[in-house]
Amino acid sequence: MSVGSFRFLEDVALADCALEVEGDDVNDLFETAARALAAVMVDPETVPRARTREVRLEASALDLLLYDWLSELIFLKDRDETLFVDARVTVGGDGPFTLAAEARGDVIDRVHMALRADAKAVTFYRFSLERADVGWSARVVIDI
Amino acid sequence: MQVKPAGECVWEIPPTEKAGMRVPARIFASQELLATMDQGVFDQVTNVACLPGIVGAALCMPDGHWGYGFPIGGVAAFRADEGVISPGGIGFDINCGMRLIRTSLREDEVRPRLVELVDALFKAVPSGVGAKGFVRLDQESLRQLMREGARWCVRRGFGWPEDVDRVEGRGALPGADPDHVSERATARGLDQLGTLGAGNHYLEVQVVPPNGVHDAKVAKALGVEGPGQVFIMLHCGSRGFGHQIATDYVRAFDQVMKHHGIRVRDRELSCAPFRSPEGQAYFGAMTAAANMAFANRQVITHRVREVLTDVFRRDACDLGLELVYDVCHNTAKLEHHRVDGRPAELVVHRKGATRAFGPGSSDVPIAYREVGQPVIIGGSMETGSALLVGTTEAMAASFGSTAHGAGRTMSRHEAKRRVPADKLLRSMAARGIVVRAASRAGVAEEAGVAYKDLDGVVDVLARTALSRRVASFVPIGSVKG
Repeated sequence: MSVGSFRFLEDVALADCALEVEGDDVNDLFETAARALAAVMVDPETVPRARTREVRLEASALDLLLYDWLSELIFLKDRDETLFVDARVTVGGDGPFTLAAEARGDVIDRVHMALRADAKAVTFYRFSLERADVGWSARVVIDI
Repeated sequence: MQVKPAGECVWEIPPTEKAGMRVPARIFASQELLATMDQGVFDQVTNVACLPGIVGAALCMPDGHWGYGFPIGGVAAFRADEGVISPGGIGFDINCGMRLIRTSLREDEVRPRLVELVDALFKAVPSGVGAKGFVRLDQESLRQLMREGARWCVRRGFGWPEDVDRVEGRGALPGADPDHVSERATARGLDQLGTLGAGNHYLEVQVVPPNGVHDAKVAKALGVEGPGQVFIMLHCGSRGFGHQIATDYVRAFDQVMKHHGIRVRDRELSCAPFRSPEGQAYFGAMTAAANMAFANRQVITHRVREVLTDVFRRDACDLGLELVYDVCHNTAKLEHHRVDGRPAELVVHRKGATRAFGPGSSDVPIAYREVGQPVIIGGSMETGSALLVGTTEAMAASFGSTAHGAGRTMSRHEAKRRVPADKLLRSMAARGIVVRAASRAGVAEEAGVAYKDLDGVVDVLARTALSRRVASFVPIGSVKG
């Protein structure tokens, strides 16, 4: 379970949703980013961790791997009607970078889940992933 | 940054203001609207002015605000042979657009059944996260739909033959190429035909208010008879199918630009030469998504007709449920305009901007050719919407383009803080507006207070002659995502 933190940035994306994510390490950052994305779409407390799904990705750069990881979770939301609210992630390699993840969540239940916004896409607007003084931080704007 | 007055409600940023600007940036706004525009508008419209092949000026409409790459309200035209195409100039919700359906019903006939009507629309047109439509598509059907758009729906019985004559591009833009659509986009969109989406998308029951007809002759030509008449307005797009196509190509173009020696000021302005294999692939896929959006609004129209027939126990023809028009506000299209007095083939990007062709244009339906192309501008869920027509002046001033909505002025979180959902719903109910929404939080984010004054936007369009005001509508029922 990730221990990182995230917050919504209000002065970055007027019509959409900007997130600032911090993690102890890269794996924690990716896990926390998944939790943050989920919180855009649903109250995570209302989602049972009833289903798991393995995800494997590869990208030429670490920030593109984060872009692909969050894009994959949005894709699965539509294709499989499933919201994944937390994940265990292992990032490896030094270019190309790889991701192996086990995401947990459940099929969308419009009665029992407190649904929020429908995430359309991850954007490159002010998109960043960088090593912080302690751990890692990222900024992501989600189009909703 | 120097923003100089350049005419009534026109402001210009000269090319000397930023290194790399190839043309000026021009903003259509009143002094008041200009003052409320965020810094992103000025930064982004001048970034757009730096893109290869741009002609005339990089434009921003009066509802403009910060976007990705292009501002929302952005219009830019690039020479087809020398210019670029940019997903950031179109948006993630490809062919998000507006559709207006007239009825012969009057408000006093609808009021007694309004709750029943809105409940039935909410049930028939799925909205919100994870919504699935009633049309089951297989891979081959979806490929046909990508090429045929609304025409595919009418062939399948989801609409009337005359509907397609009243859709921009007659319901299917040319150039769609399913071979350039990823399997992921197909998988994401297969079940979403006939769904509304979320965010600022809506299906509204509206009425023409007292003093809501501004040009009686043109209004009559568009099927607007007068105050008290009920209309249905849709605002939605290409759903996950279009979102995935945009995601695929934004990601791909991020890497493609270096092969073409293109450098941009903002990663969201990633682009490719229009005539390059990558540019043509995106144009083919993006157009496929645009046609899916036309189909989506057509299927929803079919559902709307079914619901009204059921609720009022009258035939859809008898209820006068004719399409007024359907217009895109997130596209890039190949169009012919005059540049420096000469005809030119241009890739016109409109992102949160509406095509607004004037009277006499062969792209305007014959029924409307004398008055100009209908322009549908959606306001907030509380305040209402507007119907206008395109003008000859817009052809010269903005490549035949105009605004698309009221434009946000407040973040979604701020809107929720200012007006909690319960309070907003109670306030709307007190004003006679029935709301059904998939997400209560989503409703609060779309409160009227989060948007610019629509009248202010429409007033600028009239003063700059980008469009001509025809009629206003106010909501009495709203289905939200």
